[in-house]
Amino acid sequence: MSHRLSTGGRLIDRAKPLSFTFDGRTYRGYQGDTLASALLGAGQVLMGRSFKYHRPRGPLSAGPEEPNALVELGTSARFEPNQRATQAELFAGLTARSQNRWPSLSFDLGAVNALFAPFFPAGFYYKTFIHPRPLWKHLFEPVIRRAAGLGRAPDAETLDADSYEQVYAFCDVLVVGGGMAGLRAAQVAARAGKRVIVMEQTAHWGGRALVDLEGVDDWLTPILSELKAAPHVTLLPRTSGVGVHDHGMVIGTQRLSDHAPGADMPRQRLWRVRAGQVVVAGGATERPLSFAGNDLPGVMLASAVRDYAVLWGVALGKRVVVVTNNDDAYRTALALHAQGIEVPAIIDARPEAAGPLPEQARAAGLRILTGRAIRMVKGGTGGVSAVDICPQDSDGTTTSETIACDGVAMSGGWSPNVHLWSHTGGKLNWDEATACFRPDPARAPLNHDGRAMAVAVGAANGTFDAGLADRETVEAMGGAGDFALLPTRPDAPLAPVWLMPARAGYKLRAKMWLDPQNDVKVTDVELAAREGFQSVEHAKRYTTLGMATDQGKISNINGLAILSDALGQPIPQTGTTTFRPPWTPLTMGAIGGEARGEIFQPLRKTPLHGWHEAHGADFEPVGLWRRPYAYPRKGESRHDAVMREVRAVRGALGLLDASTLGKILIKGPDAARLADMLYTNLMSTLKPGKCRYGLMCNENGFLMDDGVVARLSEDAFLLHTTSGGADRVHAWIEDWLQCEWWDWKVHAINLTEHYAQIAVVGPNARKVLESLGSDMDLSASAFPFMDWREGHLAGIPARVFRISFSGELSYEVAVPAGQGLALWEKLLAAGAEFGATPYGTEALHILRAEKGFIMIGDETDGTVIPQDLGLDWAISKKKADFLGKRGMERPAMQSPDRWKLVGLETLDGSVLPHGALAALPGRNDNGQAETQGRVTSTYYSPTLGKGIAMGLVHKGPERMGEVIAFTGPGGALTQVRICDPVFYDKSGERQNV
Amino acid sequence: MSEVFEGLVRIERLAPMGMVTLRGDLSDPALAKAISAELGCDIPSVRRFTTGAGGQAAWMSPDELLLLVASERAPALAARLDGLEGGFFTAADVSGARVVFALSGAGARDVLAKAAPVDFADFPVGSFRRTRAAQVAAAIWREEGRFLVTTMRSVADYTEALLKTLAHPGAGVGLYRD
Repeated sequence: MSHRLSTGGRLIDRAKPLSFTFDGRTYRGYQGDTLASALLGAGQVLMGRSFKYHRPRGPLSAGPEEPNALVELGTSARFEPNQRATQAELFAGLTARSQNRWPSLSFDLGAVNALFAPFFPAGFYYKTFIHPRPLWKHLFEPVIRRAAGLGRAPDAETLDADSYEQVYAFCDVLVVGGGMAGLRAAQVAARAGKRVIVMEQTAHWGGRALVDLEGVDDWLTPILSELKAAPHVTLLPRTSGVGVHDHGMVIGTQRLSDHAPGADMPRQRLWRVRAGQVVVAGGATERPLSFAGNDLPGVMLASAVRDYAVLWGVALGKRVVVVTNNDDAYRTALALHAQGIEVPAIIDARPEAAGPLPEQARAAGLRILTGRAIRMVKGGTGGVSAVDICPQDSDGTTTSETIACDGVAMSGGWSPNVHLWSHTGGKLNWDEATACFRPDPARAPLNHDGRAMAVAVGAANGTFDAGLADRETVEAMGGAGDFALLPTRPDAPLAPVWLMPARAGYKLRAKMWLDPQNDVKVTDVELAAREGFQSVEHAKRYTTLGMATDQGKISNINGLAILSDALGQPIPQTGTTTFRPPWTPLTMGAIGGEARGEIFQPLRKTPLHGWHEAHGADFEPVGLWRRPYAYPRKGESRHDAVMREVRAVRGALGLLDASTLGKILIKGPDAARLADMLYTNLMSTLKPGKCRYGLMCNENGFLMDDGVVARLSEDAFLLHTTSGGADRVHAWIEDWLQCEWWDWKVHAINLTEHYAQIAVVGPNARKVLESLGSDMDLSASAFPFMDWREGHLAGIPARVFRISFSGELSYEVAVPAGQGLALWEKLLAAGAEFGATPYGTEALHILRAEKGFIMIGDETDGTVIPQDLGLDWAISKKKADFLGKRGMERPAMQSPDRWKLVGLETLDGSVLPHGALAALPGRNDNGQAETQGRVTSTYYSPTLGKGIAMGLVHKGPERMGEVIAFTGPGGALTQVRICDPVFYDKSGERQNV
Repeated sequence: MSEVFEGLVRIERLAPMGMVTLRGDLSDPALAKAISAELGCDIPSVRRFTTGAGGQAAWMSPDELLLLVASERAPALAARLDGLEGGFFTAADVSGARVVFALSGAGARDVLAKAAPVDFADFPVGSFRRTRAAQVAAAIWREEGRFLVTTMRSVADYTEALLKTLAHPGAGVGLYRD
């Protein structure tokens, strides 16, 4: 049984005990523990259940590759599932819960799945649940998801209590991995005067040196203090380099306060680093061995067993068998032995073990069994009880010896962590001597200039001897001068062992786990090969090998060795699956960064926004703007407020904040030429001082924007755009000017935000403006409809446009944004006697709909041309060209069968539902009901006392007076008469007074 | 709104500033002469700004300058430059379009690095950079003792809340050290 040793534990502080809970039970660990080391130290090996069979699982590793010890951490607003206990730093009050088990971890009903394992082969789900199709979505998937899953999803309505942020950084050299090779690489680069960032995923520097390097402090202390003192070096502990992207873009995620929840700081920070060179120094991952029962709690990677003992003073058991195909595992045997843990035997699959480490083990009196294998591990939920031994070169039918033990430390060799090297296409070579894929420096990931973007060093490069790796790192980084290199003592070669014993029969192979989280066994991969899934990518999807949360860190190489053997081809021919970011999962919080709450999204506010807020405006989003929808009074409904506002405009005086309208200045000798190209109408004939309504189309002839154009002077126009269209139209103009008409002498400047714009609308509009006092002659004869004037209103410099989107006498007044509020308040004060009423966007819509004025986005949807809306009058026939002209000439645009704009009047006066369709009998090629029209705008008109609507109807204008049916909610049909879209004041007298 | 915020850095929303957008050929001697006469400074080079007795001129794009002057001077300055003889220029008063924040203190670059993809190690006094502040367009420039950030007026509140969030006292980075 695992337990805390009385001595040892480099990382823990025994003077600082911490209390925490796991599945509701209270445990004690120490400052510096991980959750896994603390639980092991308290005797708790069982930490989870596997995905498919609910097999009992203990931790396999001590790091990011952990597939088994996944837990739910925290509660409510800090709840997070699927956290690796091996990486979770312990803190006082930590709350953890095991996953994928019911009712409890030690007694799990789901484990009954395992009894049916023979009926759940690879591809079981694909084969069984594929028919009948509809049942998959509604029955099979929900049931399977409940039975086979990991942690619960956080409650959808509970907000994360923590904050996050991101930071952009730049450096010459980014080192990912703070172990021996990474720190050396950083040192070499720093001494060369380069800007360096080092990311280390744990809270500690040194990597494997902390466990495996004799006299580690003599090496680590000086190199760390040198780096810390260097002004251009940034050391980032608790930071995982999760992805390398094109052009040296590296994403790292830093855990600032995961280990101190509630601290007054962000929980995590996402680093977005642009690096000149990426140094891949992330070490290597130890491989399991494939022997029967290798998934039982108490079977652990040999390096992890050693780490727990040395770093945290925790023993996996009291009698731990070591099984290996290489020398490195002897370090584990020696470390355990040195701490007084019994190592009854070292099972070495190699015919002989004669390297310096085996010699050291022999000298220590340890028993070494060469040419041997573990035939099977005995034990269960409670852990390991013994191992059966047999010759490695056998089929495993006979047991030569049974060794009682309560832990197994296994090592199948090491796989370099080549993930970051490979994210942007770095290629690998299979190295026979070390039986692993190593980065091929001749095929490195390339930068924008075709040169290598990354270099791999140390164990990540497949150089496992510290001394050799050190020399190689200094050379790779172009190091010159004195570097006290680490001593070299290469291990003896390993022997590739993919099956233990080598000729194990089916029954044993069916108990050998490759991917312990997803329950993929040797026999599953073999089955996939037999069924024709020969590509490693297909075999992966079919078996789910490597698709667990560790993304194949544990299983990939072993799995593809089995696949290669089954296919009778060498491993390099099988190849690897694709390494994709992230290296380890990162939180959505870090990806979202600071964007939450108040700054989730920028809200655009007009210069009058504060006034609207203070006066009870009910806002609606218009793009990123917030505009008042209406200004309900106390006790007044939204609807009633809108009705009141419409009546006020028609009857007296309304004031609208129109500041969001786009205002783009075009100026220069070619300004008229540009205006003629941008608009479908002829703008060059407009006289200075005059306004004209214009339509803007894209090249396809589809309407994209509209608005009033004012000619400011011979060479200048002010283009008004829709509220949502200002930035888009400005970019559109710049695009044409920069890319196509670069030799035209005309500039475009977006003035939208410089002005506040207020619409003064209604029969009393002129009176209120005159009462403010002005140096402009506002009389009807001096300032006619569709003119503009510049001067002062109430002493404020203003440009006044006599234009109308309501059909009433109307002026739009533009003043510098900073003086908008002053003008608004003066208008309200002066307008009190004229019934001045602020009105919102809904009243604006009703007013324009009563007049049959179109709205971009309502009457248009990107497929509508001006002719569809009866706007032929605004399309110049004189101009040789304008944007959209040729598009409109295509046969589909000329077709007599197009849906066109008409007014729609319900026979009973009711309001048509928004978007209602006029159905026809029959179905189209997509099986949808045939239709002959749709509603684009529909409102209750307080002016007319009935529902009014506009819509696009097949050959609509030719069918005036015809009654057709529109479908409402629940399929109810409404009889509608097709009519003129101008419902009010057809002759336009009201705006012309 | 305009009170001073003290966190990792000191953040202040400045009083409205006069701003004029000028577009045209920046290498035109007529322009150099006019800028020199009006502001007392040279035409700035790429991603720089220059300072004279009458104001500052900042490089916005290959054919655009942003002129920073006292508020009351902007309309007349825009009118004069718009009518500048000898070349093709357009100038407009845009004083109402933007808001300006000043950041001062040792952590200013760290805070700005959280908002803008800019290498502040290569950003000496006199630098001017059009970039973004998180989700909105921004320009950042560096004077002696402070950094200035401008964004559009409509997103002034967003910008202020963003900068204050990023300058939270507990959120130090330690990336830029002097």
